[in-house]
Amino acid sequence: MAAEHELVAQPLVVTRRKRNAMAILRRKVLPRLIIYILLVLGSVAFILPFLWMLSSSLKTPGEIFIFPPKWIPSSPQWHNYPDALTIQPFGRYTINTIIVTGLSMLGTLISSSLVAYGFARIRGAGSGFLFSLVLATMMLPYQVTMIPTFIVFRMLGWVNTLKPLIVPSFFGSAFFIFLLRQFMMTVPLEMDEAAIIDGCSTFGVYWRIMLPMAKPALATVAIFAFMDGWTDLMGPLIYLNSQRLYTIALGLATFRQQFSTETPWHQLMAASIATMMPTLLVFLLAQRIFIQGIVVTGLKG
Amino acid sequence: MPSAANKTPALQKRKSALRRRRNLYFYLFISPWIVGFIIFRGGPLLAAIWLSFVKWEIVTPPVFVGLANWKAMPHDPLFWQSLKVTFLYTFSVVPLGIVFGFLLALLMNQNVRGVTVFRTIYYLPSVTSGVAIAMLWLWIFNPDFGLLNYFLSLIGIHGPAWLFDVRWVLPAFIIMSLWGVGGTMIIYLAGLQGIPTQLYEAAEIDGANGWAKLLHVTIPMMTPIVFFNLVMSVISTFQVFSSAFVMTQGGPMNASLFYVLYLFRNAFQYFEMGYAACLAWVLFAIIGVCTLIIFATSDRWVYYEGAARGII
Repeated sequence: MAAEHELVAQPLVVTRRKRNAMAILRRKVLPRLIIYILLVLGSVAFILPFLWMLSSSLKTPGEIFIFPPKWIPSSPQWHNYPDALTIQPFGRYTINTIIVTGLSMLGTLISSSLVAYGFARIRGAGSGFLFSLVLATMMLPYQVTMIPTFIVFRMLGWVNTLKPLIVPSFFGSAFFIFLLRQFMMTVPLEMDEAAIIDGCSTFGVYWRIMLPMAKPALATVAIFAFMDGWTDLMGPLIYLNSQRLYTIALGLATFRQQFSTETPWHQLMAASIATMMPTLLVFLLAQRIFIQGIVVTGLKG
Repeated sequence: MPSAANKTPALQKRKSALRRRRNLYFYLFISPWIVGFIIFRGGPLLAAIWLSFVKWEIVTPPVFVGLANWKAMPHDPLFWQSLKVTFLYTFSVVPLGIVFGFLLALLMNQNVRGVTVFRTIYYLPSVTSGVAIAMLWLWIFNPDFGLLNYFLSLIGIHGPAWLFDVRWVLPAFIIMSLWGVGGTMIIYLAGLQGIPTQLYEAAEIDGANGWAKLLHVTIPMMTPIVFFNLVMSVISTFQVFSSAFVMTQGGPMNASLFYVLYLFRNAFQYFEMGYAACLAWVLFAIIGVCTLIIFATSDRWVYYEGAARGII
């Protein structure tokens, strides 16, 4: 009753309030709702292929070829994973991949940080020209130098060893030099000066000041180098012939070749998930570093 | 003032000693790159010039053939086919990626709860690139039991044979590449978050609505990032290899014979090292010309805030 009375007594105020509520709904809630709907629809599109992969990997060979497909396998076939990973010596492949990826990460971190420090902090003769040369090599497609490099490694007798996949990383990579140099430029020069006054050598400044300061950028480089090494196909394809040297990427790429008939999709999906697990885990654990690294390269040049 | 006259040469001497030391340290620090440049970049580059003039099948000694490799190229139908495939792919994927990546980044830049979770989800596909993802899409594009044709069947469309159909194999690769647009998106997002808020506040005072702010603040401020993404994605899409190698081997009927796949075949399957070197040079030239065009036009559409111009 009272409310009704108020309505009659102050119609103006209520309509205004009502209009305000409508305006808030229109200006605040509605856009937010649309944003959420778009975000959710987008994520479904991005995540569904992964779920489909997981679902397929747990099916029986019969269930895989049912149309329309079932999303939840009637009884998850977890043994698909060990089965798929023993069709080929994936254990061996994993060891090879860890050797290649680990050593190239190490090589990249050492060499690229040294070179980046030189470019960031020491104004030697011709440093400007040399740095533009570094940038220019970023534009040079791998394919141009791939063939002569292959011939050089062949002469050295390194074909069908892991060396061609590891050794080049010890000579710095243009992209990582660029990334680290950009980051090192943001470290205040006073840090170096203080260290030098305290009797630090140039190498000491690099080792004791710059490397600790550049940890986030180094972590980014480490992660990028890891991803590159783990998923590289072209390198192993060119240099490795015997199966005992294969990396995971190469092993997976040749997985289908041993089946003359229908591809065992359930096993192929299981093997694919298993091999990309490390990259997924590294990304999920180091997300912030990853994205930060992109912001650093984020071209504040 | 004898003391001052005495000091100056001494000072100069010390200065030049310092300079010499500085140069020594500089070259010491960058020596890994210099050695690497000579062995893995500059040296091979010169060798690649020489290689393009020889016929070399690896097992037999190289034979100088002059311009024969270069002359053979225009008469090689597969060269033209691979060029066509790669250009079609690049000119579809690059604009689509630029636009989609930008729109997604705008969405990700909204201040709503849980947006970081969405960011991870959208970015996930682009970190898991490689053979495993190619296998996944091989299965998604399966004409009879694949996910894509299943969805199409839900809305009453009988999907094409995708990777087995000459007309649909490239669209399939384009769809797959859009799934990995998160990499471009993240770079845009970094750019969006770097736009100073004062610019938006000033625009609001001038009475700009959301649309006007996007058009007159966001987009101009983002042009350097668009420029970077444009250059990077042109360079990378011209070099597509793994997915084509794993999924189609260039088929059907060479409809997905990407340029680098053809180059790889010439070098490591037919062992035509000389011809492959020519192909590599042409690739370099194409990428170079495209990058130059983008750079040359950038003055007209890239806006740099302040005097400080980016390196890229």
